Amino acid sequence: MKLSENWLREWVNPQATINEISDRLVMGGLELEVEPVLETLPQGVVVGRIVKAERHPQADRLQVCEVDVGQPQKLQIVCGAANARAGMNAPCAVVGARLPDGMEIKQAQLRGVDSFGMLCSAKELGLAEKSEGLLELDADAKPGTPIEQYLGLKDNVLNLEITPNRGDCLSVLGLARELSALYAIPMKRPNFPQAVVVGHAQVKVEIEDLQSCPHYTGRVITKLNPKALTPDWMRERLRRSGIRCIHPVVDITNYVMLELGQPMHAFDSGKISGQVRVRRARAGEKLELLNGETLEFDHGELIIADDHGPLALAGVMGGQESGVATRTTGIFLESACFAPTAVAATARRHKLASDSCYRFERGVDPNLQRSALERATQLILQICGGEVHPVITAGRPPAEPITVRLRQTRLNQLLGHEIAEKDVEQLLSRLGITTRHELGGAWIARVPSYRYDLRIEPDLIEEVARLYGYDRIPAKPYAARLAPGRPSEAARSLTRVQDVLVSRGWQQIVSLSFVEPGLQGQLNPDARGIPLDNPIADTLSVMRTTLWAGLIPAWLYNRQRQQNRLRLFEQGVAFADVDGQIVETSRLAGLAVGAALPEQWSSTTRPTDFYDLKADVVALLGSTAGEYRFEKAEHPALHPGQSARILRGERAAGWIGALHPKLVRTLDLPEAPLLFELDWEVIRDTRVPSSQPLSEFPSSRRDLALVVPETVSADALIACAKASGENLLQKVFIFDIYRGENLPTACKSVALGLIFNDYSRTLTLEEIDASVTRIISQLTRELGAVIRQ
Amino acid sequence: MSEQLDQLLNEAKSAIDAASDARALEQLRVDYLGKKGRVTELLKQLGGMAPDERKSFGERVNRVKEAVVSAMDERGSTLEQAELARQLAADSIDVTLPGRGVSPGGLHPIARTVQRIEQLFNELGFETVEGPEIEDDFHNFGALNIPELHPARSMQDTFYVRNGQNVLRTHTSPVQIRTMKAVVESGRRPPIRIICPGRVYRSDSDRTHSPMFHQVEGLYVAENVTFSDLKYDLETFLSRFFERDVRALFRPSYFPFVEPGADVHIRWADPGKGERWLEVLGCGMVHPKVFEAVGLDPERYTGFAFGMGVERFAMLRYGVDDLRQFFNNDLRFLEQFA
Repeated sequence: MKLSENWLREWVNPQATINEISDRLVMGGLELEVEPVLETLPQGVVVGRIVKAERHPQADRLQVCEVDVGQPQKLQIVCGAANARAGMNAPCAVVGARLPDGMEIKQAQLRGVDSFGMLCSAKELGLAEKSEGLLELDADAKPGTPIEQYLGLKDNVLNLEITPNRGDCLSVLGLARELSALYAIPMKRPNFPQAVVVGHAQVKVEIEDLQSCPHYTGRVITKLNPKALTPDWMRERLRRSGIRCIHPVVDITNYVMLELGQPMHAFDSGKISGQVRVRRARAGEKLELLNGETLEFDHGELIIADDHGPLALAGVMGGQESGVATRTTGIFLESACFAPTAVAATARRHKLASDSCYRFERGVDPNLQRSALERATQLILQICGGEVHPVITAGRPPAEPITVRLRQTRLNQLLGHEIAEKDVEQLLSRLGITTRHELGGAWIARVPSYRYDLRIEPDLIEEVARLYGYDRIPAKPYAARLAPGRPSEAARSLTRVQDVLVSRGWQQIVSLSFVEPGLQGQLNPDARGIPLDNPIADTLSVMRTTLWAGLIPAWLYNRQRQQNRLRLFEQGVAFADVDGQIVETSRLAGLAVGAALPEQWSSTTRPTDFYDLKADVVALLGSTAGEYRFEKAEHPALHPGQSARILRGERAAGWIGALHPKLVRTLDLPEAPLLFELDWEVIRDTRVPSSQPLSEFPSSRRDLALVVPETVSADALIACAKASGENLLQKVFIFDIYRGENLPTACKSVALGLIFNDYSRTLTLEEIDASVTRIISQLTRELGAVIRQ
Repeated sequence: MSEQLDQLLNEAKSAIDAASDARALEQLRVDYLGKKGRVTELLKQLGGMAPDERKSFGERVNRVKEAVVSAMDERGSTLEQAELARQLAADSIDVTLPGRGVSPGGLHPIARTVQRIEQLFNELGFETVEGPEIEDDFHNFGALNIPELHPARSMQDTFYVRNGQNVLRTHTSPVQIRTMKAVVESGRRPPIRIICPGRVYRSDSDRTHSPMFHQVEGLYVAENVTFSDLKYDLETFLSRFFERDVRALFRPSYFPFVEPGADVHIRWADPGKGERWLEVLGCGMVHPKVFEAVGLDPERYTGFAFGMGVERFAMLRYGVDDLRQFFNNDLRFLEQFA
C-alpha cells in the first residue's frame, strides 16, 4: 500500500523527519520504503489558463494559445496537444522554467510563430510514465499558482509492506493510529459532518448469512451531476497510492478506502431491481465482473444480488452491469463488513485480487461502515452534488467488545524480562487498549474492534514488548535444558561419507528436486514419479525418482563449459509414488565421465571404467563393504553388460553401471557416463568394531594360475576357493587376469593368491599342499577351472 | 732395506691416491695386502731372519702395512663419498612437478554452510532432526496456525502435488510439528531442542528467488523458555557464524506460528557500499495454537522457534551475489568452495 506523507500528517504529525518516522514504523513492525513524489521538483511551472486557442496558420496540428499565468500580460504559447482548448487550465512552464527531467524552457519560434513557454502534460511534469495531451487542471485552479504548491508535489510516498496480521494499518487512519501509539501523541481525527438527508428513497437489504456479513449499510444518492470531475487534490492522492481515476464516484469510494480502510462499492441505483440480498450464490448463476471476466458460480460464493440475480462478488469486485458509468445520476452506495474467510474463499476460488478483497481478507473494522458511508456521502455531495437519502442498515456491528486476559507473571515469564505494571497499562493504552485490574495480578484488556490480531494473551504480550522495544529486552545467557539423543556408533554421519567421496576427487552438486519428465522417464521408466500440480516450467514438472535426472543435466552444463572429466555427486531425496503412497528415499548418487585420472605428466590417459567407479563406491560402503554383493543385473538405464545391482544381504542398496548405449543415442549424449546411486538408509550403518586376536605365526602364500571360462565370475572363484580352503585359508584375492593367446576360446586366465595362516601354530607344508589340492579340485569340479601350464 | 720399504710405501700411496674407484682400490688391496701382496711378501721374509733383525724389520714392515691400510681406508671413504654424491646427483628429481593421482573434490557451498550452521547449533545443544519434503496440509500449514483461507497462505507460493492432496513443504517447520507430536505420542515430555535443516519449495523463480532453497529452523520447548533466551541463542549463533561481534536488531514481525514474532537484522556492509540493516532470520515464541495442535499444554510449556535461509547465509559469508549460481552447478563456481 502506498500513501502520501502529507495526507498522513494531516491526521498525525510527529515532530520528526519522514526518515525518522519510517525508522520508528520499521521498529514497530511495519515494513516500508519512502520515495519522494518527484526526485526533482519543476521550477517555474505555474497554473495557466488558456484564454484563447487558435489554429496555427502554418500547421494543422498546432494551436496558438493565449495563456493567463496570473500576470497582467498573457503569454502566447504554441501548443501541439490535441486537448488544448480555450477555458482550460493546464500547467504552464514559463520561459526560464526547468522541468523535472532537466529540460529548460526557452523562448522559441514554432513554424514562424513566437512561443513564450510550454503547456505541460503529466509526463512532462514527471507525474506519469506516459500521458496523452495536457494535464487538465480543475476549473477553479488559480492561474499563476506554482504547480508544486498547487499539486502539493513536495511530498513523499510511503510504500508499506504490511504483514497479514496488521490489516488495521491499511489506511491513513490506521497508520495514523499506529504512529500516534508509537510516538505517544494524539491523533487529529478530522471531523466529518453527517449529510443532511433530503430524500426518502430506500433499497431493502437483507443478509442471508450473518456469519459472512455481520453488518451492511447503504444509501441511495440521486441527482448526481454526470459532468462532475474528480478534483485535482483527490486525483493526486489516488495517484500517489497507485490508484487509477475512473469516475468521480468510484474515485471517492477508493479515496475513502485509503483514508479509513473501508472498501466500498457504488451501484448504479437504476440497475437494481427490487431488493438487495447478501447471499450465497446458487450453482450456475453468472456474473460479469468489472474486469471483464465472467464467472460462473459453483461454490456458494458470497454475492450481492437483486431480484434478478448477482450484482457483485461481495467484498471482491463489482459487476459490470450494475456499476456506475458516465451517465449515472443515481447510485446505491454500499459500505459493508464481510468476514475475512468469506471474501478469501471467493477470491482464492476464482483467483481474483483487488484492493477491497486484500483488506477484507485481513479484517475490516466492523464498527467502521457507518462513518465511512457518511464520509463518502459528504465527498460525493461536495464533488458530484446530489440528493441524499436515508441510511439503510442490515445486521449490526458487534455489541460486546472483545476482551483478553493478561497476566503480569506470564508477560514477564514469556519475555524473560520484567516490565513494570504501570508501564504495561500505559503502553497498552497508547494502542487504544483499555485495561481493568483483576485479582491476582492480571488485567482484563478491551481490544479495539479494528485489531483482528489481538485475541489471546501472547498477542497482547507482543504489543507490550513491541512498544516497549525489543532491543530493551536483554539477551541473557541461560542454562538450556537438554534432552540428548542416543546417537548410534554404527550410524555414520552423512558428512563423513561425503568426505570419502570428496577426498577421492568428487564434487558435490545440488540440483533441483523437480526434473524434466522426459529424461526421467527414460532413466527410470519403472518408477512412478510425482508430478507437480503447478510446476514453474515443463522442464521442472515432476519430482525426481532418481538423482541421475539431475546429475546428467549438470554434467552436460559443465561439458558445454569445456569440462570433460567430471566426478559429480549429489545427496538428496528421491520421490516415488508406490501404490498410491508417497515414498521418499534419501540417496547418494554420482556420475563419472572422462579420463580415469586428471590429465597429468606421469600417467597415460585412459577412460574411466566400471572398476574405477566401483572402487569409489566400495570406499563409500566403509568397514562393512564385505557385506555387499555386486550382482550382475539389468537396469533400463544401464548397459546390460556393465551394470550391477548392489545388495547388502538381501536388501537392495543401489545400482552401478555405465549408461545404456541406447539412451546415449536417444538422449543425444556425447558419451556414456558411469553412474551409481545408493540408498542412504541401507548403507548408512556400518558395524561397531570388534577386536580379533592376532596370529603369532607366519603366514604362507601360494599362487594359482587358473584357466576358467569367461562366464565364471571373480566372486564365484573366490567364494569357491574360500569354501574349500576352510579355516586355514585366511585370504583369497585375484592379482592378475590374462586374456589372449594360448588360451582355449572363451576362457580367461586368473591368477589367484592364497594366504594360509593359523592362530595356534605354524602350518606344515603338507597341510598347505593338501589344502591347495582340495581347493584346485573343487575349483575344477564346480567351475571347470584348469591349472594353467 | 729401509729405502726399499720407503719406496714401497711411496709407491703404494701414490697408487692408492690414483685409484679412481672402489674396484681399483680393491685391486691395490690385493696387490699389496693380499696373500701374495707385496707387503705380505715382505712379512714372509721374516721367517729367514735373525731374531734381532726380525724384530726391527718386522716392526718397520708392520708400520708400512698400517700406513698402507690407513691410506686405503681414507681413499675408500673419499671414493665412497664421491660415489654417493654422484648417485645423489643422478637420483635428483624436479620436486616442483605436481604429485600424481587425483586431487580432492569439494562440498557444495550450501552443504558446507548447512554443516557449519548445524555444527554451531549442535554445540549449543540443538539436535539435528529431519523430515519429509512432501508434506500434508496439517503439518505444513494447519498445525502451524495457518488456516486454509489465511492471507499468509498465498496460493501462488505453494507447490501442490496429487491434485492438491499434498504440498512440497514451504518451510522446515513441519519437522518441528512432527518432532513435538512424536514426543507427546511416545509419552515423553519436553525439553525439545532441535534444529531442522533441509530443502524447501516455493513456486517463485527470479533473480532473488529460487523455487527450491534450504532452511535451517530451530525449536526449543521447555518450561519457562523466554524471549530473552531466544535473543541470547541467536546473538551467540550470529557472532559465531560470522566470527565477529554481530550487532543484531530484533524487530517485531509476523509469522502465524509464533507470538510475539520478530525478525532479526544485522549490520552489514557489502564491499564498497555503506552499512545497512539486513534481515537474516525470523523467529518468535511458539504460538499456543501450535502447542495445542501437537497436544502440548501451552500453559505449562513455552518455547521459541527460529528459521533462516541457508542461501542467504552462504551468500553473505562467501560473497556470492547471485542466488542462481548455487543451482547451476558450474564447476568453476563450485571449486571455489573446495
